[in-house]
Amino acid sequence: MPKITYIDVDGKAFETSVASGLSLMEGAINAGVPGVLAICGGSCACSTCHAYIDDAWTTVVGGPNDIEDATLDLANERKPSSRLTCQVQITDAMDGLIVHVAKND
Amino acid sequence: MSIVIVGAGQAGLQIAESLRRGAYEGRLVLIGDESFPPYQRPPLSKKYLADQMADERLYFRPLEQLEKQQIEFRPQTRVTALDREAREVVLATGERLPYEGLALTTGTRVRPLPVPGADHPAVCYLRGLDDARRLRERLPAAARVLVVGGGFIGLEVAATARAAGKQVTVIEALDRLMARAVAPVVSDHFASLHRARGVEFRFGVGLASIAAQADGSFTASLADGSSIEADLLVAGIGVLPNQELAAAAGLECRSGIVVDEYARTSDPRIVAAGDCTWHINRRFATAHRLESVQNAVDQGKIAAASLLGQSVPYQDLPWFWSDQYDVKLQMVGLSQDHDAALVRGEPASGAFSVFYFKTGALVGVDSINRPAEHMLARKLMQTGAVVPPKAAADPAFDLKTCLPPA
Repeated sequence: MPKITYIDVDGKAFETSVASGLSLMEGAINAGVPGVLAICGGSCACSTCHAYIDDAWTTVVGGPNDIEDATLDLANERKPSSRLTCQVQITDAMDGLIVHVAKND
Repeated sequence: MSIVIVGAGQAGLQIAESLRRGAYEGRLVLIGDESFPPYQRPPLSKKYLADQMADERLYFRPLEQLEKQQIEFRPQTRVTALDREAREVVLATGERLPYEGLALTTGTRVRPLPVPGADHPAVCYLRGLDDARRLRERLPAAARVLVVGGGFIGLEVAATARAAGKQVTVIEALDRLMARAVAPVVSDHFASLHRARGVEFRFGVGLASIAAQADGSFTASLADGSSIEADLLVAGIGVLPNQELAAAAGLECRSGIVVDEYARTSDPRIVAAGDCTWHINRRFATAHRLESVQNAVDQGKIAAASLLGQSVPYQDLPWFWSDQYDVKLQMVGLSQDHDAALVRGEPASGAFSVFYFKTGALVGVDSINRPAEHMLARKLMQTGAVVPPKAAADPAFDLKTCLPPA
């Protein structure tokens, strides 16, 4: 299982293993990472699972599709590395991935 | 100090977590009558039904996350009464839980089919995870599916069943789909979409009775004298608020538990939030009940604030969504009493929005496969931007220019 490190807004790191096929959001929820709220449950409707992909990993993870891109416009402090974690499906290639949780409310 | 939350759906969980985030350190009990931890309902009619998605993927939090937050979760627990004088919640076991603050997040239940034969085993509903499990178990063996009710639930199930290769008929008592929520142009668009995928519709006619056939199927007789044979029936004809506990305790109820803009009931120690409330939102002149994720979450936060002694008025913008096939319908605002509905874009292209106005003011926007426009509409309404109706209907006009300067 790919190892993922989530870093919350206070800089605290949560290292966890997430099964391939689950979403980056589900991995965060299961590990109890604060700030990944996901109030719409992963339907790409609310932007409260917003996070920044660590610079070293943006190519592996890739960018958002049109719906996610539009939904990200609702998120706080959007950056080029912004993704909605519910829309990122974990693959084996993401072993070691580092994700910075955004300020979600 | 002790706070008890009755109802472990999205609103109940939101209140519990908002209380902990708000530094509440006393006892916190979250009571649910189902056997599952709090879970998401939206996927039940979509992804959960279509794929063999594991139940655990619906849970908002693994159980240990609730424990970590010291939320005392009590599943499969039925509350029989609220003793306001003693300030105790009475359980079916006779146990009494004392409270200083109480939250009611009891949600809704499905409206049962009011026709003879509705107890036929092929009749399914879709509200909770148990319903979805039952429907998912029965769907593979059914060749013909009859959906009663052309609202969001009925249409999402119709889309899922059709995608699974079932023969699907939808009957709707009104003359168009999702009539309470969207304009005729949107109803028509979705009717065409479903027809193109092979769904049959019967409009303006109700179900009269259901008669069992020897092979386990049934014949549904309609009010106009016609009949439809099918193997599975899914009824999505609305919900009823679970307000009996509140009413029996003497709390004011209408079509829902009455709360003010601070989510407080007529008893100041008791708040209520989510689908079960008849509530005030500062944005609107009249009270209403809303069944949505947005309302469960945002009103839940307001209710938690009230329990913590703060007064934060409810004024969040309502939004909703529905996924049918690969089409996303996103709605913002409340468009029910609009006096003008203007289409932006070309419905035939499959992507367009409808802007609803009331006396010249924007009151709601429905977007079909136009996520960016939905998000812009949310910003426009959130900021109270003035959108001239003419501009809304003109695709060449950049609506971003209506936003107030940042």
